[in-house]
Amino acid sequence: MTFEGLQRRARDEWQALSESAVPLIQVGTATCGRSAGASAVVDALREALQREATPALIMEVGCIGLCFAEPLVTIRKPGRPAVCYGHVNPERATQLVSEYLLRDNPLADWALGTVGEGRIEGIPELFETPVLRPQVRRILRNCGFIDPTNILHYVARGGYTGLVRALGMARGQIIDEIRRAGLRGRGGAGFPTWRKWQFCLEAPGEPKYVVCNADEGDPGAFMNRSLLESDPHSVLEGLLIDGYTVGAREGYIYCRAEYPLALERLHNALAQMREQGLVGENILGSGFSFDIHIKEGAGAFVCGEETALLASIEGRRGMPRPRPPFPATSGLWGKPTVINNVETLASVSLILQKGAEWFAEYGSEKSKGTKTFALVGKVKRAGLIEVPLGITLRDIVYGIGGGILGDKRFKAVQTGGPSGGCLPEALLDSPVDYESLTTAGSIMGSGGMVVMDEDTCMVDVARYFLDFTQKESCGECVPCRLGTKQMMDILTDITEGKGREGDVELLQEVALAVKKGSLCGLGQTAPNPVLTTIRYFRDEYEAHEQGRCPSKVCKALIRYRIVADKCKGCQICLRACPVGAISGERRQVHTIDVGKCIRCGVCLEVCPARFGAVECVTGQ
Amino acid sequence: MHDRIDAILSSYGRDRANLIPILQSVQAELGYLSEEAMLRIADYLGVPESQVYGVASFYAQFRFTPTGRNRIMVCRGTACHVRGAPRILDEIQQVLNIREGETTSDMEYTLETVACIGCCALSPCMMINREVYAKLTPTKVREVFSKGGQEQ
Ligand SMILES: Cc1cc2nc3c(=O)[nH]c(=O)nc-3n(C[C@H](O)[C@H](O)[C@H](O)COP(=O)(O)O)c2cc1C
Ligand code: SF4
Ligand code: SF4
Ligand code: FES
Repeated sequence: MTFEGLQRRARDEWQALSESAVPLIQVGTATCGRSAGASAVVDALREALQREATPALIMEVGCIGLCFAEPLVTIRKPGRPAVCYGHVNPERATQLVSEYLLRDNPLADWALGTVGEGRIEGIPELFETPVLRPQVRRILRNCGFIDPTNILHYVARGGYTGLVRALGMARGQIIDEIRRAGLRGRGGAGFPTWRKWQFCLEAPGEPKYVVCNADEGDPGAFMNRSLLESDPHSVLEGLLIDGYTVGAREGYIYCRAEYPLALERLHNALAQMREQGLVGENILGSGFSFDIHIKEGAGAFVCGEETALLASIEGRRGMPRPRPPFPATSGLWGKPTVINNVETLASVSLILQKGAEWFAEYGSEKSKGTKTFALVGKVKRAGLIEVPLGITLRDIVYGIGGGILGDKRFKAVQTGGPSGGCLPEALLDSPVDYESLTTAGSIMGSGGMVVMDEDTCMVDVARYFLDFTQKESCGECVPCRLGTKQMMDILTDITEGKGREGDVELLQEVALAVKKGSLCGLGQTAPNPVLTTIRYFRDEYEAHEQGRCPSKVCKALIRYRIVADKCKGCQICLRACPVGAISGERRQVHTIDVGKCIRCGVCLEVCPARFGAVECVTGQ
Repeated sequence: MHDRIDAILSSYGRDRANLIPILQSVQAELGYLSEEAMLRIADYLGVPESQVYGVASFYAQFRFTPTGRNRIMVCRGTACHVRGAPRILDEIQQVLNIREGETTSDMEYTLETVACIGCCALSPCMMINREVYAKLTPTKVREVFSKGGQEQ
């Protein structure tokens, strides 16, 4: 079939869906939806529809990114805008069928908003609500709206027109288009994508390879996973364009094994591309032949680093090697290779579909376009967001995120994962772009954004990241292997109240040595979380040295106790304590044996809120 | 066991680049990588045994001892950490009386940690086999295990 034929079929199917005479029910069943119970919701909907003998179409979609409100269900009745419902459980699902489908009561209280033309009384427009208004949905445009297992849905919404356009352009023209768009790598370092492609195109050596980096190892980041699960073709189209531009015949996607659903979606998408002649020999009759292989990672964070990733594809231990030579000149099996992040490739598809100027409409001077972030931690509305670069941290945390959970006090926002840093309240008005975040001592990173509040201990956070990088160090460089270990020991001492004067200075000294003496980005950036917490939260380090953990996190520095005049002697905590550290008769004040207590906090959790008799204290 | 390993091997070409996919398939079949399996893989690919073990031991995914019937994976991602994951891990260790990386003596559970399962918005969380348990508290953990929270 020609591409026009495919587009016609796709448009027909999409139109039939949007004009469907029966209601359309969409359920978000990406990993986040599933973990919140979306599968049970689908079952409940099916059952209710059958019981009521009412016809409706159920379609499983990916993730809109409103993870805080999962499971999400969107219902569109003919002639009405679609209504998106949050926090749907099986009982609510059943009621949605009986109330909205059968009796036309849209249950406005459970609705998050409407999508599409028309209004429904009492329900705001979804994209005008505080969580979505500041967002610009480009990369995520299809997520949660199309069936990710159906290539026709992608095509109906403009998919693969970027490839078709590229196939009619000279290679240099494509590279120029990407250059004018100002696209920089979304995997962390922010290297201009066009330049990498140019290097590879000009490099001698055949065959050439292109690789999509879907290893997404930063703990606390899930942008790439969500995109692959919700709209896999947007990434695959970018990989095809990449391959065509640099003159490769083969491409690889290296995806984490911890993402089984993303892998499944990729395999399915690839099979559909093959059916439609979008991969393989002579793609769309253009003479361009290209094949894609899916490689599963095996659980090593360092394999996100490009040279380690290549070693892993070759079947070796994933150890980084010195650069230069850069992969663009000597990569996979020594051949010129371009490695790009998932979101970079999705941006490439958009640039070719819509043009460089359109892409560069948003963003700041040196950071063009939009970027997705996983906004998580102590924030009210956690989820996957997409914003124009240059937006302030405050607009993200307080605007989109709705502020801090339980209205506690904001303490820091962490960007860039284990390579990044923790930024304090004073920097909330900084714009989010590559340069500003670097100046502040953090990095843009791949898009993890973890919000921390007064209950988060910054020394513990620093220790947490270092624990991570230290375990993930491949062991090749001595400063990375031993330096991080030494820093870890010092931090452990501090969190256990065994810190000594001069520890902070020593940490800084070792940190510099690790940064300087490490081969790859893992070691070079591992000290960043420690350095930024020292820079912005030094008082917390000092408090620990004096035996206090102000956020009451570090176990060695806290104690639990029962406040005598609040305790009603209900024995709830006594029964819950896992080590039998609590004693007391019924209706008598209870006490905790500090020697036995393992500081698990269960007593505090179970003590009824109306008594509030258990408290956690720190210091003498 | 031979047949099962050989059946897997024969579905791959004798290409070094297939080493990791083969190790993954064999582990999916046997639950872990036995010494015998690794010897056969080395033989099949014509790669020294030390290199097969070298690669397998580099990656966290590979295990060299049989695991329990149910795999518990506690998320140690950042979002989970700041929302109390360490307490969750402590509680599981306490309840099952094993440490991270160990298997209960009745072979019911193996306890592991993973970096971010990608459900950060619902943190802290863990997976038991393919099922995700979200928004955990120590008390919830105990409920899960007192109900024998395994295959559903
Ligand atoms: C330790 C380490 C881990 C990395 N992990 C990832 C990752 O998970 N995903 C990613 O795209 N890039 C990761 N990178 C960056 C890659 O090396 C590489 O720069 C990137 O994939 C290039 O793609 P881009 O130019 O499209 O950003 C990592 C780098 C280091 C040093
Ligand atoms: S810096 Fe660390 S992770 Fe990177 S190559 Fe050196 S030892 Fe390995
Ligand atoms: S903190 Fe845990 S161990 Fe200590 S008294 Fe409370 S329940 Fe018992
Ligand atoms: S940090 Fe636990 S799921 Fe992401």
